[in-house]
Amino acid sequence: MADIENDQIPTVVAHGVDIVYRVNGTGAGKGSATAALNRMMRRGQAEKAAGVRKVHAVKNVSFVAYKGEAIGLIGTNGSGKSTLLKAVAGLLPVENGRIYTHGQPSLLGVNAALMNDLTGERNVYLGGLAMGMSREQVRDRYEEIVDFSGINEKGDFITLPMRTYSSGMAARLRFSIAAAKDHDVLLIDEALATGDRSFQKRSEERIRELRKHAGTVFLVSHSNKSIRDTCDRVLWLERGELRMDGPTDEVLAAYEDFTGGPDKARPKATAA
Amino acid sequence: MYRHSRRTRTTPTPRVKAADVSQVLDTPPPTAPPTDDDLAALAARHGLAVSGARPSLPEYVRELWARRHFITAFSTAKLTAQYSQAKLGQVWQVMNPLLNAAVYYFIFGVLLGTKRNVPDYVPFLVTGVFIWTFTQSSILAGTRAISGNLGLVRALHFPRAALPISFCLQQLQQLLFSMCALVVILLCFGVPISASWLLAIPALVLQFTFNAGVSMVMARMGAKTPDIAQLMPFILRTWMYVSGVMWSIDKLAKGHHDWPSWVVPVLQANPAAVYIDLMRYALIDSFHASQLPHHVWAIATAWALVAGIGGFIYFWKAEETYGRG
Repeated sequence: MADIENDQIPTVVAHGVDIVYRVNGTGAGKGSATAALNRMMRRGQAEKAAGVRKVHAVKNVSFVAYKGEAIGLIGTNGSGKSTLLKAVAGLLPVENGRIYTHGQPSLLGVNAALMNDLTGERNVYLGGLAMGMSREQVRDRYEEIVDFSGINEKGDFITLPMRTYSSGMAARLRFSIAAAKDHDVLLIDEALATGDRSFQKRSEERIRELRKHAGTVFLVSHSNKSIRDTCDRVLWLERGELRMDGPTDEVLAAYEDFTGGPDKARPKATAA
Repeated sequence: MYRHSRRTRTTPTPRVKAADVSQVLDTPPPTAPPTDDDLAALAARHGLAVSGARPSLPEYVRELWARRHFITAFSTAKLTAQYSQAKLGQVWQVMNPLLNAAVYYFIFGVLLGTKRNVPDYVPFLVTGVFIWTFTQSSILAGTRAISGNLGLVRALHFPRAALPISFCLQQLQQLLFSMCALVVILLCFGVPISASWLLAIPALVLQFTFNAGVSMVMARMGAKTPDIAQLMPFILRTWMYVSGVMWSIDKLAKGHHDWPSWVVPVLQANPAAVYIDLMRYALIDSFHASQLPHHVWAIATAWALVAGIGGFIYFWKAEETYGRG
């Protein structure tokens, strides 16, 4: 494998990345007026004393992703997977280090741009525009998006406000909008688990299609199965640190060991 | 393919010099795990750009222009979503400003009797309230433009200035509804239609530019210090009372000859007062040019340019930091 990789074109290079969240209002005597006043008076002093808590979400992570790779990100809850993904997308500023990317990586997801009070139809336009598509592109893809979501299978739901949708329907529409665009570097955050069985199948297919067009795919998931199905390389994050980086089988085996086995009884050996 | 296997941590090493980089370029080590410098060089060699870096100002303007359809679609969507649950629906777009004006008329016109020395008091008051509301709600929305939309900022990539601008555009659309109500009020109170009504358009363009600029300043400050959003209503209310929304600066000055000479020019140069008086001058025939400060259009343009350009640059300077918690 070593001789192939020299011809590989890197698409994402992460270089000693640190990501820190700052959370306001966590000082002693939370929220009381005196505590807040105290906080303001001591502004210049240490942030901790001022009630600002730092959460070190990702610590000194480095990796290189190449064109054509599908990389899974695994780790227990709160290990910094989603945070790292957002930083690769350029959405969260890094504290230290650098992330270099080829083109503009995009996170698969437009949930935040959609409005529940608007009709599905207007949300398709809004979501498409928010992802940076032009009006014409959205118009061209409109039918495709609605058909793919299957919203209209049970009547004319696309002209109803999204708040009237069932959660599954809303999730399907969101995924359909998000998946309508082709991306250089595609970042997927647990998007595979939406909708009913038939929709899941369709979306898995669509993701494979997107993979073909995209240079590199990152997938965050808690489902070891979907990681195994889609990815050929896995990064394992634990407490914000990159614990392992290697072929899927190798890393997943170690991870399953760590979390207590895939589905069978926990082996006697303690976590690696 | 897995040449960085099992390398979990890297230690920072000093930057390589140019000579070292060229050496790396010639003979990339095939198997040895790369150091940090290799990573930077590798990125440079393949022309990768730093993710989330702030684009240059012209590039930023170009990106923003490319997103113009998103900006308008987002503001219209916000506007229609506002009343979508109400039974009367979009009728509230007009009802809201009318009720607002009625309350102010009751307090200042009937209870306090401010109207005695102002001709056409109702059109005078309603114009003031509508124009002031435009600036006030633009700035309020701007303050929360980033801090209230962190989900959007952290999910999608777009020039962040799109948010405050979009919110100001929403307020402008809201104002256009109010202006329809205003026209009805003007006609009901016998204000004649005249060519000077056209002056409302340049006045609104300048006011919008001013509002957008201030919103962008507030958006950056609000992103860094969300507490400002709590403070803004008080600042804005104070600003409203000195801006001559329900009283005439000109008439009040004539009753107070003991005021120092600088007070009236300062009150009149206040941007909110400038835009309100310009609109009154454009729409109401009994509001004469003599009630406007000297060089009023120059002042209005200057405020718009200073706030608009200054605010945009100020906002752009922190572009890469938005989204940090």
